[in-house]
Amino acid sequence: MSLLTHVNYFAVVLLMVAGLYIVFSSGNLVRRMIGLALFQTSTGLFYISLAKVAGGTAPIRVEPDSETARELSSRVDPGYAAQYAIDGVVYSNPLPHVLILTAIVVGVATLAVGLAIAARVREAYGTLDAGEIADADRKAGRGPVP
Amino acid sequence: MISFETLYAAPPDLLRHAPVLLVAGPLIGACAAALAPSSRWAWMISVGATIFALWMALGVIGEVARKGVLDYYLGGFAPPAGIAFRIDGLGATMALLIAFMGAAVSLYSGHSLRAEVRHEKQTLFQSGFLLCQAGMLGLVSTGDAFNAFVFLEISSIGTYALVALGSRRDRRALPAAFTYLVMGTIGATFFVIGVGFLYAATGTLNMEDLALRLTPLSESRVVQAGFAFIFVGLGLKAAMFPLHGWLPGAYTFAPTAIAAFLSATATKAAIYLMARFAFTVFESDDAFVQGFLFWALAPLAAVAAIVCSLQAAFEKDVRRILAFSSVAQAGYILLGLAVGTVLGVSAGLLHLLAHALMKGALFMAVGAATLAVNARTLTDFAGAGRDAPWTMAAFTMAAASLMGMPLTLGFLSKWRLIEAALAQNQVWIVAVIAVSSLLALVYVSRMFEAVFLRAPAQGAPRVKEAPVGVLVPLLILAGLSIWLGIDASLPEALADAGARALFGVSP
Repeated sequence: MSLLTHVNYFAVVLLMVAGLYIVFSSGNLVRRMIGLALFQTSTGLFYISLAKVAGGTAPIRVEPDSETARELSSRVDPGYAAQYAIDGVVYSNPLPHVLILTAIVVGVATLAVGLAIAARVREAYGTLDAGEIADADRKAGRGPVP
Repeated sequence: MISFETLYAAPPDLLRHAPVLLVAGPLIGACAAALAPSSRWAWMISVGATIFALWMALGVIGEVARKGVLDYYLGGFAPPAGIAFRIDGLGATMALLIAFMGAAVSLYSGHSLRAEVRHEKQTLFQSGFLLCQAGMLGLVSTGDAFNAFVFLEISSIGTYALVALGSRRDRRALPAAFTYLVMGTIGATFFVIGVGFLYAATGTLNMEDLALRLTPLSESRVVQAGFAFIFVGLGLKAAMFPLHGWLPGAYTFAPTAIAAFLSATATKAAIYLMARFAFTVFESDDAFVQGFLFWALAPLAAVAAIVCSLQAAFEKDVRRILAFSSVAQAGYILLGLAVGTVLGVSAGLLHLLAHALMKGALFMAVGAATLAVNARTLTDFAGAGRDAPWTMAAFTMAAASLMGMPLTLGFLSKWRLIEAALAQNQVWIVAVIAVSSLLALVYVSRMFEAVFLRAPAQGAPRVKEAPVGVLVPLLILAGLSIWLGIDASLPEALADAGARALFGVSP
């Protein structure tokens, strides 16, 4: 438990709060989308960090008893390998990578829809600033969108 | 109990794959509608796909009544390697609700779109609508926590675009859709973070597996943090007070078909997922969950029921009144969950069904009355009772259910809720329901006063009666709000089956 072994989790938290801060502090709709994208990306890093198995290699099957397999298994402690290894090789967990691939696709779709709406807002209001949009609605004699 | 078998007859092959066809039908329909040559075609595809989904939902509920739980392994890969659909009594009830509302709204949208959405966007509207429905149906069918996130986002992404389409009538739909998108995405991301914590602690994403492995881990900080993230995220999606900021804008400016569909299903699907996590994935008698239900969910739901009813009582825009009322009524449903007993959850689910029917009907009625003129405020609706008698008759029936008049479904569900609260000696819930119902009486009476008693201003555009194609789905929904209040065996059986499935109690 030290700062160094958890450095990626600190990065996750930093990205996460930075993203959220941008979303709520910025008045510009495009900047808000950037913040949102940052926030979503931080979960990617979070899941990938979870997937890392200490001493594990990339989750691509290595031919047993091959040169690579011997070299990889020589890197890890035998007791540890007995618990976690498959044919002597320790792999990282592939599942979170797949999950995050899906989440990235979802994130891209959201970003695209969000930017498209922002573009339409600009057409309708002539501005991307949330404050000016609220002012325009108020001036038109109608209440602003809460 | 009503026998669901009688509701349904289908070829066995179709029946075997009903859980996945339920989702695939609208999803394929969404692609087909996007490619449709004209808006007319897109509408017919939409009606066909939603009716197919309704058929499959009836098939699923018949099978669930027979077997208890339906497990469907996608591609034949069993969990933990594969992704499984798992539909129990609750999932089947929700699927039936979403499929039914989808079919009703799809029928309604044939006419309403012409007034509310630009012509060249109408095919894409139907596509987005089917996408949204497919997402929600998937959400209530899946047995996998991450899969639930993906379905949640499929339905939400459709929803954001659909809300923005309201911009033909009022450009404020665009900022409202943007706010909804930002809040919804934050909610979904919180949910993913929470699921990540659970995955880190257990190494599984299958909800059943999670439930087993979480039992010895309920003291773990990681699990508790995951729980908190999941509930804040779902709270945003469900517009749980005080995270409901996006809802009034989105419901007010969206095309009325979408306001009706979302108020009946979207927040309800999030509440479903909340119940699923609180009672199936986590254990309801776990001290942490109990504490959450009693110290977080119950007070927030109570505040929502009172504060948002009060806000509704002071609003002038009819659709904003209905939107704030939706947040307040979601408070009742959450109060039912917060009681934390089979009786309470069953009452909450009954109110969920009741609210879906009445709020769907109310938004449709408001939409039907405003096809010809864009009436918004109470003043615009003055004299509507005389100008559009059928539409306003449906409006009256649904509004009676909203304020909980006896002989309506809304009355019955509130009554069950009070019974469940008294059984747990939680008298304060009864007080909250009483105060909130009084406020509902106030805002419903204000609408009635405008519609029936006030004379329209000289020279103001008059509300017109809606065409038959709009009146049929509207009157069906409104009529059900009354009819099911008189003979409640069907909704009660559904709500009971849902609550029992959550607690794992056999009927």
